Amino acid sequence: MAEAAAFYILAALILGFGVLVVTAKSAVHSVLFLVADFLCVAALYVTLQAEFLAVIQVMVYAGGIVVLYLFVVMLVNLKRPPDAQRDPRRLGRLGAVLAVAVMVELAAILAVGWSRPEGEAGALGPSNVAQVGRALYTDYLIPFELASILLLVAMIGAILLARREM
Amino acid sequence: MITATHYLLLSVGLFSLGVIGVLTRRNIIIILMSIELMLNAVNINLVAFSHELQNVVGQAFAVFVIVIAAAEAAVGLGIILAFYRNKETVNIDEMNLLRW
Amino acid sequence: MDLIWLIPLLPGLGALVNGLVGVRAFGKRTAGLVANAAMAAALALALYAFWQLLSLPADAREHTVRLAAWIPPIPLALGNGAIGGFTVPWGFRLDPLSGLMILVVTLVGFLIHVYSTGYMHGETRGAYARFFAYLNLFAFFMLVLVLGDNFLVMFVGWEGVGLCSYLLIGYYYEKQSASDAGKKAFIVNRIGDWGFIVGIFMVYGTFGTLDFRAVADAAGPMGVEAAGFGTLSIITLLLFIGATGKSAQIPLYVWLPDAMEGPTPVSALIHAATMVTAGVYMVGRNAVLFSHAPMTMEVVAVVGVATAFMAATIGLAQHDIKRVLAYSTVSQLGFMFIAMGVGAFAAGAFHLMTHAFFKALLFLCSGSVIHAMAGEQDMRRMGGLKPHLPITYATMLVGTLAIAGIPPLSGFFSKDEILYRAFLDHKVIWGVAVATALMTAFYMYRLMSLTFFGAYRGPAWEAHGGRADHGHAASGGGHGHGGGGWRGPHESPRSMTVPLQLLAVGAVLAGFVGVPAALGGGNAIEHFLEPSFVARTAAPPGATAPATHEARGLGEAAHAAESKGGEGTGHAAHLSRSAELGLMALSVLAGIVGIAAAYRIFVRAPEIAETLARRWSGAHRVLSNKYYVDELYGATVVAGTMGAARGLWAFDRSVVDGAVNGSGWLTVSSAWVSHALDKYIVDGLVNLVGAVLEAGSFVVRRVQTGLVQNYALVMLFGVFAFVSVYLFVR
Repeated sequence: MAEAAAFYILAALILGFGVLVVTAKSAVHSVLFLVADFLCVAALYVTLQAEFLAVIQVMVYAGGIVVLYLFVVMLVNLKRPPDAQRDPRRLGRLGAVLAVAVMVELAAILAVGWSRPEGEAGALGPSNVAQVGRALYTDYLIPFELASILLLVAMIGAILLARREM
Repeated sequence: MITATHYLLLSVGLFSLGVIGVLTRRNIIIILMSIELMLNAVNINLVAFSHELQNVVGQAFAVFVIVIAAAEAAVGLGIILAFYRNKETVNIDEMNLLRW
Repeated sequence: MDLIWLIPLLPGLGALVNGLVGVRAFGKRTAGLVANAAMAAALALALYAFWQLLSLPADAREHTVRLAAWIPPIPLALGNGAIGGFTVPWGFRLDPLSGLMILVVTLVGFLIHVYSTGYMHGETRGAYARFFAYLNLFAFFMLVLVLGDNFLVMFVGWEGVGLCSYLLIGYYYEKQSASDAGKKAFIVNRIGDWGFIVGIFMVYGTFGTLDFRAVADAAGPMGVEAAGFGTLSIITLLLFIGATGKSAQIPLYVWLPDAMEGPTPVSALIHAATMVTAGVYMVGRNAVLFSHAPMTMEVVAVVGVATAFMAATIGLAQHDIKRVLAYSTVSQLGFMFIAMGVGAFAAGAFHLMTHAFFKALLFLCSGSVIHAMAGEQDMRRMGGLKPHLPITYATMLVGTLAIAGIPPLSGFFSKDEILYRAFLDHKVIWGVAVATALMTAFYMYRLMSLTFFGAYRGPAWEAHGGRADHGHAASGGGHGHGGGGWRGPHESPRSMTVPLQLLAVGAVLAGFVGVPAALGGGNAIEHFLEPSFVARTAAPPGATAPATHEARGLGEAAHAAESKGGEGTGHAAHLSRSAELGLMALSVLAGIVGIAAAYRIFVRAPEIAETLARRWSGAHRVLSNKYYVDELYGATVVAGTMGAARGLWAFDRSVVDGAVNGSGWLTVSSAWVSHALDKYIVDGLVNLVGAVLEAGSFVVRRVQTGLVQNYALVMLFGVFAFVSVYLFVR
């Protein structure tokens, strides 16, 4: 029961903060709600026996990426409100409707029932970090290294993009 | 009993929130944050299946997704900064040079 | 002997230097020196080569030098080698005939070069260098002509000497008559060259090669075309047409008298001694071919004798000293062709050589006379020049006696040889030839008489200087002919008289290489030249004569075959020695009678000439007008050509130009139509496509709003569609 209670509370928090992120008037508020949302997701991971990922979520997402967003929001010191100019041809409302429709459809699919995919039945042991680490450094070593290169490239790209012109 | 379906429904909801954010907001920073929400929804999906199948691979992929998200955030924010320096705006409606 | 190619090249280099640099930069001295040095070197080389040739055994006197390929084999050969095999080398061949020719050309050429330095000194500096460049160029081409080992190299020389002849006849190009004469010579020569070159084509078509030796060897075993008119007859006839053009025979002789418009050394070198003998040389070079075509030989002999006679008769009534000599040259060339025609190739070549000496001598003497008379060429305005021009008189007398055939001068031996061989061949030809010889002696002595004897009839000169005849040499080029300050007839400078004396020596002695057997000589020149006139291949069994022929037998070969080849050497039998001596005496007698008659008429009693001219006024007029041949040609060939040209011009203007203009108009109008089509249909289509695309793009481009979120919305539509399919269809 505790599990179900934790799920529903966390799910409500996640969706609630998500709504706030999308609807917040100020970008700063939006970022702050995003941090809260990520923390809730991290908590959800714990309930799903993914402790390592929960830690990564807190450190990288909440601690790194979101701080980056915060910096940018602060740097982009807007003289005028960002929504001041609105293009009439933008179909924002239609997009929202369509998104809801897709959501309903996906929910319907889930509600109708889905066949559990065949997979190697393993066991998530108590040592989650060791398991994830082994998976990353054995079976997924090459994707892992590629990911590191991707990060390096992204870093260089970000530096190049963000630096002031000489 | 909380089944994988519950987690999947949560994931669908969060993803749709992200889509709505992308399609409706005009502040490009918030749009990027909505994309982060969508990525998180995907991560929830992966972890839920990892739990369901008792397989750690899903978590490993979630790590990769986080990596991608970090890279995307870095580059995207870099572009936004560069754009802002030129145009003094982060309104996506004003980023419409690529047209007839 | 491997250096024989240098013999033509040296004068060629001289011509190059004088022609390119000398005309602008050289003084007269340098230009003359360059030209003379080139000729002297060529002469030395020629003498050396000839000496080497003599040191070879008689049957091996042939040396070929191939410098380079001129026309290499074409790689695109047909399977049977019919096309690609055509090759021509720059080949030079020294054999007795060409050896004799290079000696004559270089020796006479050198002497005339020396003479020219004196004769031409009145010219301006550039013209002087130009003259020597032409002379050297001529020597170059002439030597190429005689040394070439195949028809095509010979043809290069052949055309080259024709060009030089044209340039030198028209040397005084400001003079209308000189440039006209140059053109006439060139055009008449072209007619002959047509025959020559067609003959060359046929030679190649028949034998597959152009090499003289190979052609002769291939023709040797062929049958003698006694009965019909076969390939060899046609070839030789065509070649003979070429020879008539170059060697001034009927009907193409008309250019040579006019060629006297050129400077006198040119007349001596080109139009007497060397170039005009090229035709004779060419016939001799192809002796094997000619001896296989008796009908052509007949033609050659008849043309030769007709030319000799006709030119001699014209020579009787001419007043221009050089024209007399020109007709004399034509006549002597006729003699050479008689020799060729009766198969006495060696005798023809022998006469060619002696003629080169005495005719060059005579021309140079006439040049000296003209020089003395300040450009006067009309003999009626000369006379009594003997005391003024002692050296010229003496040397010219030698030349006259030589051409008249008085023994023991060179002309006697060669002319007598020809007469003897003509007698063996055909009595009529012999008779006409003897008559011609008589006339030759007559008109030559007439020339002597009118020029040197009798009373002076020329213009008066300022008498205060008295006999200022040696003032010329002293003044060192102080005056040219025709210039002011002429102080009477005077002897020419040393540079002119020395060549005269040397040539006189040559005219006296040249005959002794061919003393006939009847006079106890060995007729060395015939034995020497014989290898050039025979094929090295054996004759087929059918041809009888060559098996037994001796030195002079080849002509008989043809004639033996002509008389159906029946009795072998029978026809070629020699006359008895006494008969031969009798003939000889007869020809000498003809010369003496001619001289005596001329002496009687023109020296002792000049009024007889007037009387004769009056009594035979019709004949005299015909002769002095050269049988009206020029007028005939003018009325027929030239007028015909002009008329045809005019007709063609009219045709060209109305029909050809009309066609051209019509096609032009057609092109313009079709272009207009094409333009319209292009503009309205092709362009219209293109523009239509463009317009459709533009209009379409006006509609479609609205999709491209530049709003990123609308693009994302489209993606979402896709997702929606897929999910719907999954949901409702699965």
